[in-house]
Amino acid sequence: MESVFDLHFAWKILPLLAQGAIVTVQVTVVGFGIALVVGLPLALARRSHLKSLCWPARMLIEFIRSTPLLIQVYFVFFVGPQFGVVLSPLTAGLAVLGLYYGCFIAEVYRAGLDAVPRGQWEAVRALNIGLTRAYRAIILPQAIPPMIPALGNFLIDMFKATPILSVITVLEMMTRAKMIGSESFRYVEPITMVGLFFLAFTLISSSLVRRLERTTKIGGRKRRDELLAPVTGV
Amino acid sequence: MLGYLPYLLEGALVSLAIAAASAIVAVAVAFLAAFARLSSSRWLRASAACYVEFFRGTSLLVQLFWLFFVLPQFGVLLNAYVVAVLALGLNIGAYGSEVVRGAIVSTAQGQLDAAKALNMSPRLAMRRIVLPQAFVTMLLPWGNLLIILLKSTALVSLITIQDLTFRIYNLNIQTFKTLQLYTLSLVIYFCMAQMISLSVSALYSRVTRFSRK
Repeated sequence: MESVFDLHFAWKILPLLAQGAIVTVQVTVVGFGIALVVGLPLALARRSHLKSLCWPARMLIEFIRSTPLLIQVYFVFFVGPQFGVVLSPLTAGLAVLGLYYGCFIAEVYRAGLDAVPRGQWEAVRALNIGLTRAYRAIILPQAIPPMIPALGNFLIDMFKATPILSVITVLEMMTRAKMIGSESFRYVEPITMVGLFFLAFTLISSSLVRRLERTTKIGGRKRRDELLAPVTGV
Repeated sequence: MLGYLPYLLEGALVSLAIAAASAIVAVAVAFLAAFARLSSSRWLRASAACYVEFFRGTSLLVQLFWLFFVLPQFGVLLNAYVVAVLALGLNIGAYGSEVVRGAIVSTAQGQLDAAKALNMSPRLAMRRIVLPQAFVTMLLPWGNLLIILLKSTALVSLITIQDLTFRIYNLNIQTFKTLQLYTLSLVIYFCMAQMISLSVSALYSRVTRFSRK
């Protein structure tokens, strides 16, 4: 009878899982980049005074945020080909992650922009500063720092959501762990190792985010933000 | 399409039932962990912190698979439904404990001083003064967590439970009506989430009806 956690076997599968870990990190980074870009027009549309811009953006954000990521992944991957849009698993996964998290990030942008005091806008107008320069020199420098911790939390959240892409065979860690499991009938090592990898990565990155939070946050608002700490779910 | 509707709605009920059972586990665990983190015993605080960090630090899917595939190899064979409720409940409970703790901690100091001045024991003050106010504070964050919980139930289809997602997947393989089926499933999940969201905000406006300006 061999021991429950076979270190030798764990060592043997480590390179395979490490390749998966690289894919996981790549997916997270690229997906987050897409989400940051997608979130911007959504946030601007959502803040627009035009009803024809505001309402569709609002509905889209609400719909995407309240349906499961898993179904959205299936949707894009299975429905796409019926309309001639054949995406590779990786592209489909990135598109879905980007759109899903883009909708959450749009709300972060919106909250950040809304939090800039009205007086700043009035000052901009009083000093006759153009819109582009106002955003670049006055509004964004004030709006962006408070957004950073929230964005960091979403990055961690997205990282934890990537195993979902294993259902469409993106070769990230979970897919490889399941492949190893079904070949060797040993699930203990691969799945435990995937779990430990996530734990280590998340603990390190969330302590970084906490440090960022401390440096960017103005004292009194902390408690309220803790209550509304972003959680996206999958 | 309409012929499949009863089959799919039954799946939606399975999803809702799992969400409800997990919600009960999550709330219970969240309160336990929050009180443990606020307690004076260092061991209680440390173990609660470990629990919260562990479940917030790993993916829900990894937790589900770990309970489903790995536990049997340690000789613990759990029914798939038990695994689902346990994993979802513990996962959301970890996030919930932060909500509960935040709400308790944010009770105004004046309220605690008043309770002490009236010679209330800490336990009585917690029950009569802190928790009723914390309840209002934590209501909306819990509503968000419940929606997240509902969305997360889609993952239980991957451990053989025949919930809505599982049934959609199966029907799709049989009928190839991919667009209709997946659109329908998105709409059903959306409606269920709206149901939760509307009832939580109705409850919120009811409990705050005397304190609103």
